[in-house]
Amino acid sequence: MSTSTAARPEEPAEQVLDVRDLSVTFRTESGTVSAVDHVDLSLARGEIVGVVGESGCGKSVTAMSLGGLLPGSARVTGSARLHGTELVGASEPVLRKVRGRELAYIFQEPMSSLNPVLSVGRQIAEVLQVHEGLSRKQARARAVELLALVGIPSPATRVDTYPHQLSGGMRQRVMIAMAVACGPQVLVADEPTTALDVTVQAGILEVLRDLRDRLGTSILIITHDLGVIADIADRVVVMYAGRVVERAPVHELFARPRHQYTAGLLAASPTPGRHAGTDRLQEIPGLVPVLSTQPDACTFADRCHAADDLCRGSAPPLEPQGGGGTSAAGHVAACWHPSTETRTLAATNQEPAR
Amino acid sequence: MSVVEATPVTVAAPEPGRGVRLVRRLLHNPLAMTSLVVLLVAVVVAVASPWLAPYSPEQTDFSHTFSPPGTPGHLLGTDDLGRDVLSRLMLGARASLEVALLAMATAMVVAVPLGLAAGYFRRWDAVISRFTDLLLAFPFLILAVGLAAIRGASLGNAAIAIGIAQVPSVIRVVRSDTLHLKSLDFVAASIADGAGDLWVLGRHVLPNATSVILVQATVALPAAILGEAVLSFLGLGIQPPSPSLGTMLATAQQFAARAPWAAVLPGVVIMVLALAFNVFGDALRDALDPRGSRR
Amino acid sequence: MARYLITRAGQSLLTLVLATVVVFLGMRALPGDPALALAGEDRSPAGLAAVRHEYGLDQSLPAQFLHFVTHALHGDLGTSVRTGLPVSSMLGAALPVTVELSVLAIVLATLVGVGAGVLAAVRRGRPAEWFANGLALVGLSVPHFWLGLLAILYLSVATGLFPASGFVSLFDDPLGNLHHIILPAVILGTGLAAVIMRQTRSSMLDSLSADYVRTAKAKGLRPGAVIGRHALRNSLIVVVTIVGLQLGGLISGAVVTEQIFGLPGFGKMTIDAVFQRDYPVIQAVVLITATAYIVINFLVDLLYSVIDPRIRVAGEA
Ligand SMILES: Nc1ncnc2c1ncn2[C@@H]1O[C@H](COP(=O)(O)OP(=O)(O)OP(=O)(O)O)[C@@H](O)[C@H]1O
Ligand code: SF4
Ligand SMILES: [Mg+2]
Repeated sequence: MSTSTAARPEEPAEQVLDVRDLSVTFRTESGTVSAVDHVDLSLARGEIVGVVGESGCGKSVTAMSLGGLLPGSARVTGSARLHGTELVGASEPVLRKVRGRELAYIFQEPMSSLNPVLSVGRQIAEVLQVHEGLSRKQARARAVELLALVGIPSPATRVDTYPHQLSGGMRQRVMIAMAVACGPQVLVADEPTTALDVTVQAGILEVLRDLRDRLGTSILIITHDLGVIADIADRVVVMYAGRVVERAPVHELFARPRHQYTAGLLAASPTPGRHAGTDRLQEIPGLVPVLSTQPDACTFADRCHAADDLCRGSAPPLEPQGGGGTSAAGHVAACWHPSTETRTLAATNQEPAR
Repeated sequence: MSVVEATPVTVAAPEPGRGVRLVRRLLHNPLAMTSLVVLLVAVVVAVASPWLAPYSPEQTDFSHTFSPPGTPGHLLGTDDLGRDVLSRLMLGARASLEVALLAMATAMVVAVPLGLAAGYFRRWDAVISRFTDLLLAFPFLILAVGLAAIRGASLGNAAIAIGIAQVPSVIRVVRSDTLHLKSLDFVAASIADGAGDLWVLGRHVLPNATSVILVQATVALPAAILGEAVLSFLGLGIQPPSPSLGTMLATAQQFAARAPWAAVLPGVVIMVLALAFNVFGDALRDALDPRGSRR
Repeated sequence: MARYLITRAGQSLLTLVLATVVVFLGMRALPGDPALALAGEDRSPAGLAAVRHEYGLDQSLPAQFLHFVTHALHGDLGTSVRTGLPVSSMLGAALPVTVELSVLAIVLATLVGVGAGVLAAVRRGRPAEWFANGLALVGLSVPHFWLGLLAILYLSVATGLFPASGFVSLFDDPLGNLHHIILPAVILGTGLAAVIMRQTRSSMLDSLSADYVRTAKAKGLRPGAVIGRHALRNSLIVVVTIVGLQLGGLISGAVVTEQIFGLPGFGKMTIDAVFQRDYPVIQAVVLITATAYIVINFLVDLLYSVIDPRIRVAGEA
């Protein structure tokens, strides 16, 4: 159903991560449910790609499927290549070598994601010991350096503390230190700032951006927060009910949202900008559909004001969107009746304000 | 924070139909049903044993001692005094269930109010906790020894010792459930509306704690059955010649080489009863667990 | 940490004092004249007067209590009315047997219980789990003194592999000691193993689905490290507490097991005392058990705080 496989004008040459036709289904007591449906995604070296979408649209499942971190009830099909290594269906030993070394994760809840009974230094050192064969002592020394790298003050003493002794922001920095310990090519950050308050968020985003700039790490950042996207992402992928519905460079997306869902999101958020945390989005009315029930329709049709019989009768393909001049390059959306609105809002002006 | 969607959190009062779903879940669990059938049969046999038993359990027959199982007239054989093993098993099981129920009732009557109070009234919590610690320091056998020393060995004292020994764990569970319930919106709202403490406890907390209490009761029963057997075996419980599974084992121990069946059968009955309660208790807990069958 | 320990120590001490009061009052609640009970055979007026004086029964109740406590603290737990021996020396002979039996049972039960519990949680929904669950249910439901009887009947008497009863000291004959005590320890450990297995399994299921285990996996750790270092370590905190709470059950079990296997321990001493109305011994037994329970659970709390840094290191966060 995805047409974007033909030509992908939006993609620069060096793809670190290349996901195609990724689908995930879960076996549950009430039958098989589909969580991710033919998702295409790519990440260039040093690129930061944001994934947005409502709760339950499959962002986390997509992210987890890359590292083979889904529970046994999940079935993953399609392809996800990390520097040429196929991850979908790869054996555990292969995945183990990739995890933590080439593909690392940062999770949403930094308290529960860190082991409460191990010191943070030990938890960072672990990665280095397993992947780089460092001794415990060497690994510990590296852990101190890493803590400094992510901006933790007095790292030499913090290395021996336990997660409960640190603030939320500090814990998330520890998570980041752990994730980047082996210099992974791809960092997947699943809502890394959601649990944190606004000022702390900005600091964490700064660390991520800094890592990208210094180490050339590619980052896939999942978030609910359009402010975060505007702040940090180069490109945006919008997901809805398990599918990618729109993909565009960040300023293009904010200026000319094409898919009706994206347009609705942005309309409800007049100034998505640097002031992450100040603009609370209104919800779009209606329920997130159960994906598996709508194979031959636009999944958004029930909630879309522009929906017609075409939308309800066949699923729109992802197609290149014109109208934005050169900045439209790499803009695709899956909508039969794309929004034509052009927004001349703050988001586009914020580029230099890094 | 521009949040695309915030999941609304509502805490509703537990919906009706919980009971129906519970029963349906249990009906669909073959293990639960099997254990329930075993228990029902055991209860019927126990209640009817005075009429069902082929002999009086205390009737001796010195011309037929140590008859093996299968002897005509004595399906499961006879013991050292020629008493019918089947009859004694039936009445022994009856005594076991009696003690178990009595012990469970003792535990619940003492522990549930204390657990509710500890969870609901902050001031009482520390006092009740110390009381719990104190009780824990007296293991059930030691309690039974003490009670037997003070009041003599009997079925009733055995039941009290067993019941008291179960009080601490029931207090803990009821306390933590009460704490949880008290924090829920509908209870908090009721408290804020100025409802009296006893009213809130009786109207909101206790009814919603029933499932937890039910599970505790189910857990208490098999422990009590084992406890009775131990005490009677040691001579601290039911006194001979009254039939009890524990005393039967104590006698059989002396003649185990001559009449192994008399040493095996009472143990089997105890185990089947305790196992049935334990299996049913597990199934009940699973059925009540919103996360589905978990433990 | 210090505050936590001080609080716990204070609570334990309070419980200990209360337990002592309970034991003391329990003895006063004996039917009839305690002097009669304590005197045993010698019921002459002079003998009774001597007993009254020895136990301070001629004083006021608080003075009696003080008398009782100071004597107990000096290791004077009275004299057995049956054997005429000081209760403390009887305990000195009996306790090592019971302690050895219990420690061995706890070690065996912990090894088996934790192992089976981890296996059941990791192999969730497979035959290995059903098997382990079933075994644990049986272990919980079987009267272990009956298992002991069967073991004597079919292992000791029938095959002669193990002695049916009796005991030799660990120091005189270590191998013979093990030979005598291993079967009772296994029997005593069954129930505890079942409890530990069920607790380990359920807390492992919780830990295994915890976020930090996902993190550990995402780091590329081997399953052994994920399960052992990350999941099990957290589960053990719960398991340790359970073992502490099961101690009461274990003491009860030890009494019965010793009775069956004829081990000359604390349990046998207790049961004999009850039937011989040897009240000084009963009093001492109850007091010692309560003390042991309280002290050991305090030690468990210490251990708990060693395993769990959230307690060990007082956190600001
Ligand atoms: N283990 C599972 N078994 C069955 N269904 C699952 C499982 N995990 C996720 N799902 C389903 O997959 C869908 C996508 O979930 P996912 O966690 O990816 O959403 P999300 O976009 O990350 O949402 P959020 O923003 O709330 O994190 C959901 O409908 C969810 O119910
Ligand atoms: S395809 Fe139709 S229903 Fe779907 S978003 Fe576009 S206009 Fe709306
Ligand atoms: Mg998610």
